[in-house]
Amino acid sequence: MSTAIAEPEERKPLTKKELSADHPTWCPGCGDFSVLALYFKLIQNRNLHHEKVTTVAGIGCSSRFPYFVQAHGVHYIHGRALPFATGVSLSRPDLHVFTFGGDGDAFSIGGNHFTHTARKNIHLTYVVMDNSVYGLTKKQTSPTSPIGFKSKTDMWGAMDQPINPCKQAISAGATFVARTTHTNPKHLLAMMEAAMDHNGFGFIHCLSECTEFYNGAFDASNPRKGGEFVEVPADHDVTDEQAAYELAGEPFPGHFGIFRQVNLPTKNDKENELNAKFQTKVEGLKDWEILQKNFDQMK
Amino acid sequence: MSDSIAAPEAADSSKKVSRVSEAVIRIAGNSQDGIQSIGGFLARLAGRSEREVMTFMTIPATISGGPSIFQVRIGSGEVLSSGDEADVLLAFYQHSYENHVDFLKEGGIVLYDSDHVEPNPEWQKKYRHVGCAVTALTVEAIGGTARDKGKNIFSLGLIARMFDLDAPKLETLIIERFHGKAASISTTALTAFHAGYAYPIATIAELYEFTEAQARDKEQVVSNGNEALAYGILAAGVRFGAGYPITPWSDIMELLRRELPKYGGIFVQAEDELAAVSMAIGSSYSGRVAVTGSSGPGLSLKTEAIGWAVMAEIPLVMIDVQRAGPSTGMPTSVEQSDLNIACFGAHGDSPRVVIAPANVEDCFYSAIEAVNIAKKYSVPVIILTDQAISTRIEAYPMPDLEKVVQDISPTFETQKDFKPYDLDAADGITNHQPPGTRIESGKYPVITGLEHDEMGHPTSSPVLHLKMQAKRRRKLQKLGRELKRPEVYGPDEGNVLLVGWGSTQGSMRESVERARKAGDSISCLTMRHIMPMPEGLEEIFDGFHHVYVVETNDEGLNGYGQLCGLLRAKFCDPKIEGINKTDGLTWRVREILKRVQEKLDAAKD
Repeated sequence: MSTAIAEPEERKPLTKKELSADHPTWCPGCGDFSVLALYFKLIQNRNLHHEKVTTVAGIGCSSRFPYFVQAHGVHYIHGRALPFATGVSLSRPDLHVFTFGGDGDAFSIGGNHFTHTARKNIHLTYVVMDNSVYGLTKKQTSPTSPIGFKSKTDMWGAMDQPINPCKQAISAGATFVARTTHTNPKHLLAMMEAAMDHNGFGFIHCLSECTEFYNGAFDASNPRKGGEFVEVPADHDVTDEQAAYELAGEPFPGHFGIFRQVNLPTKNDKENELNAKFQTKVEGLKDWEILQKNFDQMK
Repeated sequence: MSDSIAAPEAADSSKKVSRVSEAVIRIAGNSQDGIQSIGGFLARLAGRSEREVMTFMTIPATISGGPSIFQVRIGSGEVLSSGDEADVLLAFYQHSYENHVDFLKEGGIVLYDSDHVEPNPEWQKKYRHVGCAVTALTVEAIGGTARDKGKNIFSLGLIARMFDLDAPKLETLIIERFHGKAASISTTALTAFHAGYAYPIATIAELYEFTEAQARDKEQVVSNGNEALAYGILAAGVRFGAGYPITPWSDIMELLRRELPKYGGIFVQAEDELAAVSMAIGSSYSGRVAVTGSSGPGLSLKTEAIGWAVMAEIPLVMIDVQRAGPSTGMPTSVEQSDLNIACFGAHGDSPRVVIAPANVEDCFYSAIEAVNIAKKYSVPVIILTDQAISTRIEAYPMPDLEKVVQDISPTFETQKDFKPYDLDAADGITNHQPPGTRIESGKYPVITGLEHDEMGHPTSSPVLHLKMQAKRRRKLQKLGRELKRPEVYGPDEGNVLLVGWGSTQGSMRESVERARKAGDSISCLTMRHIMPMPEGLEEIFDGFHHVYVVETNDEGLNGYGQLCGLLRAKFCDPKIEGINKTDGLTWRVREILKRVQEKLDAAKD
């Protein structure tokens, strides 16, 4: 739709200082800090520049993300970051669209959009920072809270079955599904790079601990807390949907890495193809001349 | 089956031709009979013959079947509404006959399918009855396999003969209509048409001939309101849209989906209304005004996002094709009851722009105006049309497309420094620099729904909230000052001023014409801009003793409709009163005049 802007001069990678905006409002020890730091690192590693990056988020602690990044950013309404980002992605192939959010935004109020963005295979990167609790509103049950988790809305322990984000992504037809955690920065960065390079909907399920309301939630996956961090076996076939589904279904802490990655045409590509087909039919015509043909038929 | 005539007088076998300047034809049948296509052919023929035309239709909200009507009013002069009473009723079934015979004017003609309709002797005294075995004759003409199919085209032939319509032009329209389909389909259609046209109706019914149409300097086009609006969106330069299916908005999204790829654009069928509005806002944020739309229930769902666009000052065009509410209401009936939600729907104070096109042609130009206002003022603009305007067909002059089609592609010129919410900006108008724009100061904007400072960073400062709130208000007050004062139809001073909006314009104008001929002092005014309102209304109202606001919505708990409520709030004038109804139908002229008389009588007591 819009043409990319020419980039004549050589530009140096941005410094962390140049990328930082507001000081994050997160509590000390919050896992989201690590995601933000690695987002900066990703932008630096790839020598992306401010104007080429668009950071989109909905509502929640983690969704405050865009305020902390010095780049074009959007803080949208609760649960709808993905359709907003879809509008950007389909309109502007020249931009890198990164969408951030939490478990409530992604799987509860915005659940429908998660499924449909995945099945449409919109070209964008989506990082969900899952802390399994509503933090911004101070400890209510989240869609990923395990059964028995005591919150202000489930004082006797959560009773509803939690959502399994990776399973849901795979069943919705997501073309890139990875699982990582904030306590392993190297792995987190590798997943972000792979998701960004994926031509399609790149979904990362990132465990991100809420030290304030759900301390120790993910200790079993953190070697420094006596847990185990095990990567996806080297022989895992990422194109095997059944194998991916099995990995996603493992009991906590399970495996970390890319569960599924397949190359399927994105909606962006399909729409472009459709447009190209039509362009040959109207070649050489100005916009008003194309419209004139419709009006001539109404005479 | 013999052809029956039962008119007040015995039938005259000699050919009798009356010259008429206009005619109202109501076709009543079931929705699967293709009566809309007879109406469509007649409307397009009228347009090609430089005549004016207006149609009115009702369709059942069921998937298949159910009674349906299509009414066409064709005139050599100005046609303002679809007509209060019909000259001819074409009835396919007993129910079509019984439910619509009342709509005929005295002495009007009932043309009925004698295979399905048993005439009522009482009614035969009042109206001329002309029976014709439409079903049997159609089957005879085109073969029995298609059962009832084709009787619409057969009837078109009958009407064409009766009104001495241009048969070769109709044949061309039929061929065009079936262009691209199997040749046998258009051959069959033409056979049915010829059979109807050849039927010896001249011997049993009155024949008509239209007076010469006024010559027009511009070619005419014929379309319904949804088409005009969708083409207006394309002309305005919009290249992205998203929507979710709902009647009667779906036609617009289907048309945009079909046409946008020719312009390199995209229309997305979203998973729900919330996603549709969000995708459109996301695309607008990317630099070019985008469109979404819906009908009542969808607008309810979209309001949170519209509030965000007001707060974040992102342009958006939102089309609401109103239907009868509340809730699922009557999906295929007309109502103008979404005005309040269009003006105020969203939590918090969220000023936005609301425009209501007054006729089919106006739908085209309103779309362009809406896009330009959205762009200039960085604000959501809601276009309020309704079921009546969206489905009715009118003829109007061909737009000068070379002139009106515009390019609104974004530019990405590097900025030295940029504040998205600059409090010193003239009239508080924000101009966004879309993503992709390099900003040399290295300070990039965040676009947000939180109250924010000039860079878009969150604040809970009371001073900033006051200032930003005022900024969002001031820019629309500025727009209000720029809007054209509405024109009064009829004299500027008098006893009664009717005020309306949207699809009521035609009926109001015809009411004024009729009442003035009878010697009454009455004028009318259509408000195209509901929010903000143009200046000068108070001076106009000063010229009249009574201001009656005619709306297709309920009188509400306070005794007046939704626009009337806005006007009373703005002008605190008790002479502004409401004339309301919610029967799911458009206003008939005599309904309006009767209600005006009742109001005037009540005022005397």
